Amino acid sequence: MSARSAGRDGAHTSRRMFIAGSGVVATGLLVPWYFAGRGGRVAGGLLADRGPGLSPNAFVRVAPDDSVTVWLANSEMGQGIFTSLTQILGEELDVDPRRIRVEFAPVDAAFNHPAMPMQFTGGSTSTSSGYERLRKAGATARAMLLAVAARRWGVAADSLETADGQVMGARRRAKYGELAQEAGALAPPSEVRLKDPADFRYIGRPLRRLDSLPKVTGRAQFGIDVIRADMAHAAIARAPTFGGGVRAVDDRATRAIPGVLGVQRIAAGVAVLATNTWAAQRGRDALVIDWAPASGSDLSSNDLRERYQALLREPGAIAKSAGDAPAVLAGGMRAIDVEYELPYLAHACMEPLNCVAHVTGDACEIWTGTQMQTTDRAAAARLLGMAPEKVQVHTTFLGGGFGRRGNPRADFVLEAVELSKAAGRPVKVTWSREDDMRGGWYRPCGLSRVRAAIDSDGLPVAWHHVIASQSVLRGSPFEGLIGDGKPDPTVAEGAADMPWAIPNLRVEVHEASSPVPVQWWRSVGHSHTGFVVNGVLDELAQLGGRDPLQLRQALLAGKPRHLAVLNAAARRAHWGQPQAPGHHLGIALQESFGSIVAQVAEVSVEGGAVRVHRMTCAIDCGFAVNPAGVIAQMESAVVFGLSAALHGEIGIERGGAVQSNFDDYPLLRIDEMPFVDTILVASDGPMGGAGEPGVPPVAPAVASAVFAATGRRIRRLPISSAP
Amino acid sequence: MPSLEINGARHELDADPQMPLLWALRDLAGLTGTKYGCGKALCGACTVHLDGSPVRACVTPLAAAAGRRVTTIEGLPADGSHPVQRAWVELDVVQCGYCQSGQVMSAVALLASIPAPTDADIDAAMRGNLCRCGTYQRIRAAIKRAAELLEAPR
Ligand code: FES
Ligand code: FES
Repeated sequence: MSARSAGRDGAHTSRRMFIAGSGVVATGLLVPWYFAGRGGRVAGGLLADRGPGLSPNAFVRVAPDDSVTVWLANSEMGQGIFTSLTQILGEELDVDPRRIRVEFAPVDAAFNHPAMPMQFTGGSTSTSSGYERLRKAGATARAMLLAVAARRWGVAADSLETADGQVMGARRRAKYGELAQEAGALAPPSEVRLKDPADFRYIGRPLRRLDSLPKVTGRAQFGIDVIRADMAHAAIARAPTFGGGVRAVDDRATRAIPGVLGVQRIAAGVAVLATNTWAAQRGRDALVIDWAPASGSDLSSNDLRERYQALLREPGAIAKSAGDAPAVLAGGMRAIDVEYELPYLAHACMEPLNCVAHVTGDACEIWTGTQMQTTDRAAAARLLGMAPEKVQVHTTFLGGGFGRRGNPRADFVLEAVELSKAAGRPVKVTWSREDDMRGGWYRPCGLSRVRAAIDSDGLPVAWHHVIASQSVLRGSPFEGLIGDGKPDPTVAEGAADMPWAIPNLRVEVHEASSPVPVQWWRSVGHSHTGFVVNGVLDELAQLGGRDPLQLRQALLAGKPRHLAVLNAAARRAHWGQPQAPGHHLGIALQESFGSIVAQVAEVSVEGGAVRVHRMTCAIDCGFAVNPAGVIAQMESAVVFGLSAALHGEIGIERGGAVQSNFDDYPLLRIDEMPFVDTILVASDGPMGGAGEPGVPPVAPAVASAVFAATGRRIRRLPISSAP
Repeated sequence: MPSLEINGARHELDADPQMPLLWALRDLAGLTGTKYGCGKALCGACTVHLDGSPVRACVTPLAAAAGRRVTTIEGLPADGSHPVQRAWVELDVVQCGYCQSGQVMSAVALLASIPAPTDADIDAAMRGNLCRCGTYQRIRAAIKRAAELLEAPR
């Protein structure tokens, strides 16, 4: 599906360049603000359903009982937008964010991302894209409440003030709730004045998470927790090879299991419906299925590596060409010619994929934790032959997302819809961990070949970088964003636009094909290029006899924000000074999603085992709405990056994934956890992202430290697999 | 028909005694705070207490729980007033939150047996609880904070 066909829900939004999960987006957003008063542009019913009180736009309601509610267009998957977005609304409305009720928005064009005609959560853009519109939403409601108080008291509105949910005059005060009903009858002002940031009480100050209590009492509802009356539980047997199908099924043993309600063949495989999840899983395990393998079902990781290596010898599509790198490289300067390799990776969200669907005669309801509401709805509507408006999506909390819950084909949603339609009742599909791990839609594997040369001062003068990897944008709702005849920009992001001053830079991309489906994974192309580009910089530093930090400083001249971040991390980690015995440092920096992150890893290697003791992390994300949230995301990103650097690999054998659970796809555990020391570097740069930018520097910083410790160059991840 | 005491209330569950406690809690008793993550005792998301000791509900058959006291996350104070819950909130531990029922239950059990745990105690008690969001640093700090809160006279 192209970006154009996704536009049905909101063709009025801007078509400017935007890549989900990618740093390609410019985040100084153009916000298509529209008021949604009665007869406004919010789709029918959205505001009418809100009950009494003031709801001048899609995002806010002030009720006569003095409650204030915010509707979030974005999904909370751990990254903290439940808090930061509420903080933004509360600021301009002048209500303490801690007493605002939070609702996840229904699918509606009013909640589309300002840069795309669809509602989704990705690209580390939730806070930046919500910033202006939530400020305006809050300021509008506040202005209307003020207007009512001014009228009642017969004074000028600008003689009144607001604080924490009250309007205050010289001798009087009124709670917002007392004014809400009357304010709801007013026409929203066409313009509102926003606060001077110097007057902010909430924005820019650390605020504790607003979703902690439900998450420490077990009350937070995730998709897997949804229970509907008369709901059947389903488990699905899925083809062991990517793209495989079913030839024949023997379900006699399954049907004999108590609790099994039925067996149903669907596009995803063979589903067993039961009265509980365990019976469904047992029933699934008892199926005897003759699978029809897909073509290429003998595929292995080795085959892919050989294919990609061959591609690296061919010219690819040009992602960047400055100067003439090949000509300089032919000039006989000191040079390297190296290959880097990264594996497929599973998102491995703690909450396995799941979805509840209820299809009735002419409507459908879906409950799930999704990152892409609009396209999920469109896909369900297409499957059912319904108008999208007949399909409702109820977004729950997500037990992690990392990109996986924004699937370009709505895979985990459609199978529940298909089953509910067939069964005529609500159905919950719960993926087993094995289903989730082996189900594809991975971070692509990739190979890079870099030829680079240095001059007599040891400074890089030419860099010729060829990448072979699958595109995540082709075939996705974001495909329309790939330029005509151009390669998928997310494959080369972080290389083609590297901040390092290299006079002759050429980056080429081969969009490789593979039956293994891929999609965006926390930090997307930067999860490759951060490792490769920083690794090559270290190799060039060694070749030229320079220190890795000092070379980076030299290549960032004229980039004060980058330099400040790099130096902040290096200084805090005592770069260049004696470390604890056996401890060594490595450094990396990557700019992604509008933010700059530098990390220093402190590592020891004993008996071949890599131990990371400390990660020092500096970030400049421009202005941080919730600095506490940014720090938490850096810690999270370090762990996510370490799992990938040290352990992560999905191998392919006989056309399917080798790994299946946390025993063979290990994630970092608490006893491997380094201390993470985060520094927020202040700047006046535009607001950047926080969820993803902490991931790319992790692996190269650790690899750099391993080299310092052992002299062994890590050119392949995970580190444990490096030869 | 296994009979269980869950969070102080008696439940008669019409289920196969081999059904894992996890699914009985979630699908039959409607207590969805206990999470499924791996089904093989590899992640700790399903951690509950049996007579006060932590077990992985995904590999504990109903038969093994019959006649014993089961405590789930819902058995902790709903207002979050348990010192472990308070420490978790104070230190902003949670992210997506999915693993946190299991983390909290493991931490409560740890502090019940070791009131002032060392880092090594925390590693040993908590290494079975995965967190994909990477909240380990705060879990460690929050366990120490909860130990202080438990210690403080109330
Ligand atoms: S679900 Fe029980 S340990 Fe993972
Ligand atoms: S908070 Fe998300 S898995 Fe732990």
